[in-house]
Amino acid sequence: MRAVITVIGKDTVGILHKVSGICARHNANVIEVTQSVLQDMFAMIMMVDISGLSTDFSALSDEMSALGKTEGLAIHCMHEDIFNSMHKI
Amino acid sequence: MLNTFDILETIRMIQDECLDIRTITMGISLLDCIDPDIDKACDKVYDKITTKAKDLVRVGQQIEKEYGIPIVNKRISITPIAMLAAACPNGDPVKFALTLQRAADTCGVNFLGGYSALVHKGFSAGDMALIRSIPEALSRTSNVCSSVNVGSTRSGINMDAVKIMGEVVLESAKITADRQCIGPAKLVVFCNAVEDNPFMAGAFHGVGEPDCEIHVGVSGPGVVRSAITKYPDATIDELADVIKKTAFKITRMGQLVGARASKMLGVPFGIVDLSLAPTPAVGDSVAQVLEGMGLEQCGTHGTTAALALLNDAVKKGGVMASSNVGGLSGAFIPVSEDQGMIDAAIAGTLTLEKLEAMTAVCSVGLDMIVVPGDITAETISAIIADEAAIGMVNNKTTAVRLIPAIGMKEGEMLEFGGLLGSGPVMPINTKSPAKFISRGGRIPAPMHSIKN
Repeated sequence: MRAVITVIGKDTVGILHKVSGICARHNANVIEVTQSVLQDMFAMIMMVDISGLSTDFSALSDEMSALGKTEGLAIHCMHEDIFNSMHKI
Repeated sequence: MLNTFDILETIRMIQDECLDIRTITMGISLLDCIDPDIDKACDKVYDKITTKAKDLVRVGQQIEKEYGIPIVNKRISITPIAMLAAACPNGDPVKFALTLQRAADTCGVNFLGGYSALVHKGFSAGDMALIRSIPEALSRTSNVCSSVNVGSTRSGINMDAVKIMGEVVLESAKITADRQCIGPAKLVVFCNAVEDNPFMAGAFHGVGEPDCEIHVGVSGPGVVRSAITKYPDATIDELADVIKKTAFKITRMGQLVGARASKMLGVPFGIVDLSLAPTPAVGDSVAQVLEGMGLEQCGTHGTTAALALLNDAVKKGGVMASSNVGGLSGAFIPVSEDQGMIDAAIAGTLTLEKLEAMTAVCSVGLDMIVVPGDITAETISAIIADEAAIGMVNNKTTAVRLIPAIGMKEGEMLEFGGLLGSGPVMPINTKSPAKFISRGGRIPAPMHSIKN
């Protein structure tokens, strides 16, 4: 089971650190990261393995949303099934 | 492997284009709650609903978190209450309505539908008492919805029921006049009602359905509108293709959520209703989809053709995305719930006559239309009869949800708030159909009902 975490917003120091820190605390293993910084906009898509999650998924997603609020970033944490079902036949 | 473009497209649809799951609706059969003692029957109804649906809201919220997609409503549909009322001829059916409200409160659902009667060929025990009690039931409850099926392609139109429903709609508005005439906003008069509809106010759980099941209603006019505006020079058939692809994606989301909810609740998955259901939110408008195709304003000439194209493409795209498609499935055109429709009605571009024509090609009927408060019951009945005739002859579901704005005239507005939106009072034809309506009887089923 995997989840997709997307982070979009103004680039500041330590975004990746904070997001992956939350992942580590919930025992979500980061599999893949693509990231780009265009001018001062930061966009990151992170694929994480959630099969060994130490809490339930909504706790992880709540914490990500809370981080997004304090940092002024749009952070979405969604189960990969939604993308698979929408974009693959 | 997922690519960045797909991921960002999904997020954009949800965040900017109002994509959501409009409802997960649990259908619950109440046939095992029938009891000649109405108080006992009410207790059984309350217990059954609150047992079956106790986790519905929690599961809905959990899925919202998991997939990051809003599920706007959690609802319940039940066996038409007239069938339970039939067993207790001396009981007041309003007791059932109050019980349903209590059950809805306990479960925390947004709406509960099924204060209903199916009288398309005639009245059986319980039907008449229930229909007569609708105004009081809707006035004394806030989340209970009611519907009455007055016609079908197979059986014709019950004109006695049509006559009564005109009176019931008007009475419902009168006794809720102090609350923006909210009563009739929760009441739908159907022809060819479907048994597995997850959308309100017309949802009920048909007798052919299993004991309990989960339906999903998707939404997404905003996504379709945004998709077609990317192709300003496309031909109509190219446009149809774009809509189909978009509808496919939207419906897959519904299928996923329905399957997950059914697994988590341990209840069979019923259907996905692939309806384009608008909301008053900016951009989430079916009218604006039609305008995006190249109409200056919804309601002008060409609207019916554009809507027919949209309705058909939504179905074709959605059908492949789901294992079980059902309910109403198509494009909804509720006036007060759609900002583009509201604007068009205020401007006078969208009229009742045009809406009637549109209902011949959309998924349901005359929906959430505010009419002057001095309208007569006969005129309401006649509008219902017209609409039922369109449904009967065209083998489709049609419905009427009119709100007489008591004490108001053309041009004034009723404000319902929330998903129900706000509606301008629309002009009606004032010549009397009273003699026609007072005849009673039944319009015979059309020739093509004899299919076997």
